[in-house]
Amino acid sequence: MILVIAEQRDGKLNRATWETISAAQELAGVTGAPIAILVPGASLGSVASELAAAEVKEVVTVESPALEPYTPDGFTAALEDAITQLAPAHVLLPHTYQTRDFAPKLAARLDRAILTDVTGVKAGAETAFVRSMFQGKLTADVVPLGPAPHFVTFQIGAYRVDQVVKGASPAPVRALQVSVDASVIREKPEAPFQQAKQAVDLSQAERIVSVGRGIKEQTNIALAQQLAEALGAEIAASRPICDAGWLPMERQVGSSGQTVAPKLYLALGISGAIQHLVGMKGSNTIVAINKDPDAPIFEIADYGIVGDLFEIVPAIIEAVKQ
Amino acid sequence: MKIAVCIKQVPTREWQPRLNDDKTWIREQDASFEMNEPDAYALEEALRLKEQHGGEVVVCSAGPARVAQVIREALARGADRAIHVEDDALASADAFVTSDALASAMKAEQFDLVLTGLQSDDQGFAQVGVVLAERLGLPHATIIMDVQIDGAALRVKRELEGGWFQWVAMGLPAVLTIQSGINQLRYATLKGIMAAKKKEIRKAAVPAGSAARQKIVSLYVPEKSKKTQLIGGSPPEAAKELVRRLREEARVIS
Repeated sequence: MILVIAEQRDGKLNRATWETISAAQELAGVTGAPIAILVPGASLGSVASELAAAEVKEVVTVESPALEPYTPDGFTAALEDAITQLAPAHVLLPHTYQTRDFAPKLAARLDRAILTDVTGVKAGAETAFVRSMFQGKLTADVVPLGPAPHFVTFQIGAYRVDQVVKGASPAPVRALQVSVDASVIREKPEAPFQQAKQAVDLSQAERIVSVGRGIKEQTNIALAQQLAEALGAEIAASRPICDAGWLPMERQVGSSGQTVAPKLYLALGISGAIQHLVGMKGSNTIVAINKDPDAPIFEIADYGIVGDLFEIVPAIIEAVKQ
Repeated sequence: MKIAVCIKQVPTREWQPRLNDDKTWIREQDASFEMNEPDAYALEEALRLKEQHGGEVVVCSAGPARVAQVIREALARGADRAIHVEDDALASADAFVTSDALASAMKAEQFDLVLTGLQSDDQGFAQVGVVLAERLGLPHATIIMDVQIDGAALRVKRELEGGWFQWVAMGLPAVLTIQSGINQLRYATLKGIMAAKKKEIRKAAVPAGSAARQKIVSLYVPEKSKKTQLIGGSPPEAAKELVRRLREEARVIS
């Protein structure tokens, strides 16, 4: 059995769960195993019936007060019990921040393989999983070792929600009882909050000029700003620039910042770490200017110039004005 | 307070990848190495906590002989001493083997707080901190942007996705994985570099019976998913051509 662990909060499903169901359906095509979806939580509402639309064997709900609010100790204890009962061959999860917080612990507790941030499945003598390494410079085919279950977490955006095969009729839903001793939970979480209201809504911008490490110094941000003005664009940045305080955090694009999809995204000196790419790869036209011809940003760019941005950007400003 | 910081040495950002003969790992002899960036933030956070609360900062690294370079660098920045689990096989080890190596060398130290970077810039598992917590029997929190300590009480700010955060409280000892940007990094002073030469580096061996749970069967340069139109020529020529295409082909600027 392939077991997908769904992620939900307050009865609202994380979209990335559907991507993982799509990955599970591809893996099922390779191994021939049936798929079950497990939903953990305290009050699941209609999430289970929502998931039952997928073409899967069954949806299993695991409801326990130990699962709300989320803690790594509560999730590890409940899912250890559930996985031991269900005995799947593979356990698939979306590579969200929450999965990153508990899945390695769960796999370590069971002493089973866990492959993280996977982007694809490869059929063969042994089923391999594809993952990016070395900041996207290399890709690896990896096989899990040791007894089942094997845990695999899938990179956000690697599989498409609209590729999920829906069933002719809803899959059956059943409840699974787990026992969790509440005293094992050592973390006491407070309610999630947003730091500040986003003063800049980059998601509405038609054009974005975005800067990365290649800008080198804070004073050089002005050059990118001049280009943004010339193009009628908003200025944005990759994480290291905001970490350094060169631009405010609210201008950050990527998994920990804003997700954008403008008509034009012009990336200056951005290498293209996956954390950045997930926030902008839906852009209509992507332009990359980078001195490194092997930078991963060129894998998703429509237009690219390999060279020194400090020579190229003034020339673009000049050309736009003509 | 006794604080451990786990540090990994990874290829530099400028490194151009080359593969070994059987294409399952990189050619190490061609690579230049540096401190994994998120780990540098974990080290800085440890040094700041020591400045506030007193105690010592111990650098822990699992890797081949070459990682002595980043250990010295951490000592030069202000860490007090180091533990080096040394073995050539650790260069390409998975997160379980790395965590086992660190845990066996760290267990007897009884650290109050263990910090790691949230993930490494080489294999990028984002697992070692969490697996290490399980191996040491400690609670943990990941992707941390603020650390507050009051006696044995720990309160940390976790980063969630899309600009959301959450405070989580737990008791010490605990393991935290630190997000880049939590603080501003300091650099080693000449005095620090001199002082580092006299600081202790304890060598440890990898524990017996630690089994790899994954294997790289093939490593390769990624296939491009999109055809990028590369524009050549001198900077003024390339700029002019780009602007022309953005106006006439893509029609995204006026």
